Amino acid sequence: MSSMVKGRPLLYTSYEAEMALLNTRTKRVWFGVLLVIGAALPFLLTDAVLQTFSRAMITAVGVIGLGLLTGYAGQVSLGHAFFIGLGAYTAAVLGGDPEGRRLGFGITELWIWLPAAGTVAALAGLLVAPLAVRLRGLYLAIVTLGLVFVGGHFFNEWRDATGGPGIGRSMPAPTLFGYELGVEDKTLGLTRDQKLYWLMFAVLVVFGLAARNIARSRIGRAFTAIRDRDVAAGVMGVNLTRYKATAFAVSSFYAGCCGALLYVVPGFLAPNGVFNLEVSVLFIAMLLIGGIGTISGAILGAFFITFLPTVTRLIPDAVPFISANPTEFPNVFILEQVLYGTLVIIFLIFEPRGLFGIWLRLRNYWKTWPFSY
Amino acid sequence: MTTAIEVISRGLGTGSIYALIALGFVIIYRATRVISFAQPALMLAGAVLVTYLVGPLGFYAAVVAGALGTALLALVAERVAVRPMLGRPVFTIAIITIGLDVVIRVIAIAFIGTDLPQVDDPWGLKTVNVLGATVEQRHIAMVVTTGVLVAALFLFLRYTRIGLAMRAASFDQEAAMAQGVSVGAVFAVSWAIAGGLAAVAGVFAASGSVVSGTMWLIALVALPVIILGGLDSLVGALLAGLFVGVVQSTVAHFQQYFPSWVGGNVAAISPYVLMMIALLVRPYGFFGTREVERV
Repeated sequence: MSSMVKGRPLLYTSYEAEMALLNTRTKRVWFGVLLVIGAALPFLLTDAVLQTFSRAMITAVGVIGLGLLTGYAGQVSLGHAFFIGLGAYTAAVLGGDPEGRRLGFGITELWIWLPAAGTVAALAGLLVAPLAVRLRGLYLAIVTLGLVFVGGHFFNEWRDATGGPGIGRSMPAPTLFGYELGVEDKTLGLTRDQKLYWLMFAVLVVFGLAARNIARSRIGRAFTAIRDRDVAAGVMGVNLTRYKATAFAVSSFYAGCCGALLYVVPGFLAPNGVFNLEVSVLFIAMLLIGGIGTISGAILGAFFITFLPTVTRLIPDAVPFISANPTEFPNVFILEQVLYGTLVIIFLIFEPRGLFGIWLRLRNYWKTWPFSY
Repeated sequence: MTTAIEVISRGLGTGSIYALIALGFVIIYRATRVISFAQPALMLAGAVLVTYLVGPLGFYAAVVAGALGTALLALVAERVAVRPMLGRPVFTIAIITIGLDVVIRVIAIAFIGTDLPQVDDPWGLKTVNVLGATVEQRHIAMVVTTGVLVAALFLFLRYTRIGLAMRAASFDQEAAMAQGVSVGAVFAVSWAIAGGLAAVAGVFAASGSVVSGTMWLIALVALPVIILGGLDSLVGALLAGLFVGVVQSTVAHFQQYFPSWVGGNVAAISPYVLMMIALLVRPYGFFGTREVERV
């Protein structure tokens, strides 16, 4: 702050100031405001809405991870669902009831199973990395797609750990240093959903800031160099093997943590259809709609897609020929999926920078107002 | 011996479905350098269309009409969603095709309805005796039809004007344009052919069974196939498709001998495992062109 001249917000007098995590005053102010609003929301909203918020926030963590891999390092991955699933089952197995019907170790402490879920996914990501070094572009996309199918097969078959198709298993109730986060707190007058909301909010803030930090560091610069032209980056001295492996590991770590917490709010996890190709595609859609290559865009996209069903469910009341009954045609559920497919196409054609790009345009319009054109 | 014939005939049958879809992928890839993830949805749409046409037209006419209809659908999809993206990064266009896939698939599944329809093919599950082995008629029909279609496709590419234009555009787009080739027309024809092939594959995938949303998964197997064959090789797509089919039916045949930890129905994931192993050895497939690196 001291290195910034008053009234000249874009003038940096030191390299540290320019490379800072939040390098402009606007970013600092917005970050503070959003932090306060985010922390205050549980007092303003109902539990049902808070659950959707929790899901959006934890989904955002996964989208940020995919953003680091695809948006920053330029490695197209359709295998994100596999890493998310790996994280989810690691958490479920570690936190599961040791006396229960499924494999479980009874470690309910969040600070153990959350990083563990991330680490297991990250290790799997490291295993994929050698393929990423040999392949690029769409070849890599198809190989990671294969990962989803092979992984999905084992998620279905390893019944001790995952419960098997259609049966599933319960997720651990998170505990932090002996304090139960997954139950209602009568003494403080807090509901389960309020507490879980704050947990997800804290996780999102930490992971979001960490991702920004990675992006501005040496690693992040290596990522963008690889994305822009990997051969050129290699010629300049970027170690391709190492940084592609890092990108996969970091992205998978994010995916693993996302998976570990994604089913904590519903408390239950069934294997079939939860971690399939469509989930991978959904994450890519969130990334693209939000704005690829930015952290804020990833968060925006996750919120947008997670809240899309909430909005489309209101459509049958307004538009008479669209039914709310899933057996009739056309119904909202079809509309919802068509809408998100169409949104991806529309955004890519008309606003490739996504929601974040729309925000940039709005901001630049008002920045120069009334002289904008 | 008889078992071997049975296993291989099953493999060649499903393999020819993969080959047809893979050929569509490769044709689009050669024209546009993009893998169109909309192929699986087009296959489903084709099969659904045939179930609606088979009543009034009869099976064979319905297949032809369905293939033409799906080609038209592919043509429209290309014109509306893919053509505006010309010159943009390949990844972006690939994602557009994923968006197309979602839209087409969801609408196609909506038309399937709750009682799963059939394509009413003349073969059903009837069998015929070949050298003492029981071979399903539909598998023979699949292999024969694929053979005819592939031969027609190769003749088309070899001897027609537009076929020549397609080969030229796949070789060097700019040079082809400079020689007066309409690259837009090449794109359109490529998508239309891919759509038609996908519809025929869809009919075969549904023969002896019903049309359902899960047929989409069959089409996805064409992705490991094109990786194995090489993205830009038509011969590769055909051979790899048949090969993957045979591998899959062989794995299914030996299922009972596998250790229990690999789980049931390993055949379903065998194409993907095969692809990963093959890629470690040959990153550009067995028939694909190796990319030349330039800074």
